Amino acid sequence: MNCKSVVREISNYLDGDLDAATKHELERHFDHCEDCKMVVDQTKLTVDIFCDSKPVELPKEVRARLHEVLRRKMREPKS
Amino acid sequence: MSASHPHRLPSTIARDDESQLVTAAKSGDAAAFEELVNRYERKIFRLTMNITRNHEDAEDAMQDAFMKAYAHLANFQGDSRFYTWLVRIAANEALMRLRKRRPNQFSLDEPVEGDEDLMPRELQDWGPSPEQRYAQAEMRDILDQAIDQLEPEYRVPFVLRDMEELSTEETAAAMGISVAAVKSRLLRARLKLRQKLHRYFRNEEPN
Repeated sequence: MNCKSVVREISNYLDGDLDAATKHELERHFDHCEDCKMVVDQTKLTVDIFCDSKPVELPKEVRARLHEVLRRKMREPKS
Repeated sequence: MSASHPHRLPSTIARDDESQLVTAAKSGDAAAFEELVNRYERKIFRLTMNITRNHEDAEDAMQDAFMKAYAHLANFQGDSRFYTWLVRIAANEALMRLRKRRPNQFSLDEPVEGDEDLMPRELQDWGPSPEQRYAQAEMRDILDQAIDQLEPEYRVPFVLRDMEELSTEETAAAMGISVAAVKSRLLRARLKLRQKLHRYFRNEEPN
């Protein structure tokens, strides 16, 4: 497996979507190719950092408007 | 955080029991529904903001998502988490607005892009715990900029699949593209974001 084929499978590798043989082949490649190992590790870290990121603060006025329209809606009889 | 929630209504239901809140909201308990809104409003705003990258659209999409969730609460079967159901509604609202502003971005199943641009260009060690080099607010700005620079066809599957943890199939259904197209775009999105973070995280120390 060359580097290009490995990069093409990185997402499937991270998502656990590869069959055992292909996964093994990728891991053998990582054993001797520092560049691909670096790319897979950094790509995984990238996904993890975004997943762990805290949601932005909801601006007060945006929140106030949301609750206002919802309360109005909740006062209406449900159709 | 409760101090910044002056409109919170009292609810007799414990905060950690989502299914009880949903059941109560379904039977018309407005306070229970509002508690669900309190719980998820920030995350839903992050989602609509990340998809639309437009403040006004993000607010409208969030409002409409919660309004629709309330109106269709009876249709929620409880076979998935309430939050996942809410994310699907909010994603559709946000995508509708994004398509309106950028009508050419979402042609159905676009041909799979060639992979000549896939190979990462810059390769350099990031050093240990690169994410700890930045304060929380700084990190938020970095991530915000990175996602802002990503084209919508890559940004949307990344937001839905990786950040909101929808399945690949759910992401495909929400975007109206094939599962194969989601996978291909997700790979590109992840590699592009890695590239964008690289300039902040690369190890600057001399070897």
